[in-house]
Amino acid sequence: MTETIESVSQIIIETLLENPKVPRNITPESKIIEDLEFDSLAVMNFVMEIEDKLDVSVPLDRLTDVRTIHDLAEAIISLK
Amino acid sequence: MDIFTKFQPLHNAFEQLMSISKHNPFGTTIEKMISPTIGVINGRQTLLFGTNNYLGLSQSDAARHAAAEAAMQYGVGTTGSRIANGTYSLHQELEQDLAKFFNRRSCMVFSTGYQATLGMVSTLAGKDDYLFLDADCHASIYDGSRMSQAQIIRFRHNDADDLRKRLRRLGDIPGNKLIVVEGVYSMFGDIIPLKEFVEVKKEENACLMIDEAHSFGIFGEHGRGIAERDQVEADIDFTVGTFSKSLGTVGGYCVSDHPQMDLLRLCTRPYMFTASLPPEVIAATKANLEIIKNHPELIHKLMDNASRFYHALQNAGFLTGPDISSVISVILEDLPQASQFWNRVLELGAYINLSLPPATPDNRPLLRASIAAAHTTEQIDQLVQIYIQAAQDVGVALKI
Ligand SMILES: Cc1ncc(COP(=O)(O)O)c(C=O)c1O
Repeated sequence: MTETIESVSQIIIETLLENPKVPRNITPESKIIEDLEFDSLAVMNFVMEIEDKLDVSVPLDRLTDVRTIHDLAEAIISLK
Repeated sequence: MDIFTKFQPLHNAFEQLMSISKHNPFGTTIEKMISPTIGVINGRQTLLFGTNNYLGLSQSDAARHAAAEAAMQYGVGTTGSRIANGTYSLHQELEQDLAKFFNRRSCMVFSTGYQATLGMVSTLAGKDDYLFLDADCHASIYDGSRMSQAQIIRFRHNDADDLRKRLRRLGDIPGNKLIVVEGVYSMFGDIIPLKEFVEVKKEENACLMIDEAHSFGIFGEHGRGIAERDQVEADIDFTVGTFSKSLGTVGGYCVSDHPQMDLLRLCTRPYMFTASLPPEVIAATKANLEIIKNHPELIHKLMDNASRFYHALQNAGFLTGPDISSVISVILEDLPQASQFWNRVLELGAYINLSLPPATPDNRPLLRASIAAAHTTEQIDQLVQIYIQAAQDVGVALKI
């Protein structure tokens, strides 16, 4: 199966929506910290879930440049 | 927009806390120390269950005398770094004492435990290396990882299988791998299944560093920590720890058998670019290490106290962490409940710690008690009664 930024973004959004506190109207352009009101720990916990879904490790230092869901998907694709 | 604008969310969170909390849980002032377990807070004698003075040694006579004598002989500060004018024979003696205590080839003493972990993690893991950190590791370890140039991978708390999976995911990417764990985790007081981690470390050919901050002086026949208790010391590459808990002073250390440890004295920035510990602190720490060596009964008294407290809380229906250690935490529902409980406990005469997310795992507020060998059985029982009373007064549901 080849994953694209779009398909990975979709998986991220689906995973986020499993959390009832996350706004229902998120898109790939949603900002993870500002729009989702995630603190640093929440971001790290959520990235861990995505890592396991996609069987990839995202080193924490890669997250410094990630602001939107699309950015995260892009980082994941580059690691795969 | 000024330079403080970014702190507005913090300001709001703190204001909200202070609107429901009579006392500032982060601003408690101890006005006087009566004994290792009793202090004066808000003008009242209060039982101290929120210190890390696990063996009561912050007040040991031997350490006080040693400190006074060292201050008279050497003065009260070194005014310099370990690699300049800040190494006295006392520093070297303490390093030798600690290396001997751990049966290790060498020891480096740092000015705080924070700097010991910060320095070791940031220096050992270089640009092409991988750091594997337990999800619940202390802030000093995460800060060290950010200072390092390494790739940082976080694994699920106390889950050796999850670590194995993440190590294997890397495949045969070049670069050294350093796993960092703790003996006892400081929030829940839960203990690492260290043997399982040692297996993974061996399978995957990684280095293993353990921070025994909350287990040194408490676990193992001689007090060397969880690695001693689980008989895996030979498989630990680096042990770090602090003087600020069982040893009752301030400072930190790393012990290791690695033949080139001394090289780290020349490249570990939190070791090099700060003044060394003052003579009186080194002398007091040496004296307290002797006490730990010669009084294993302190360890037993502490564990008896911890076990008495833990079982009493469970019998009363509190939700506790999974293990019995020097830290025993009760998990509460939400911030208002936790802050009311903490205030009530203080009013009833005991000081404990209120720990709030994001410093706590799982986003739950914790009431954290540290149990000491110096607590009497009566004081432990008194604290249990205070918890039960406070739970009634603020409406914490107990499951009976
Ligand atoms: C696990 C752990 N490591 C390191 C430290 C830092 O120790 P120190 O108080 O000596 O800076 C602490 C204490 O807060 C700790 O809990």
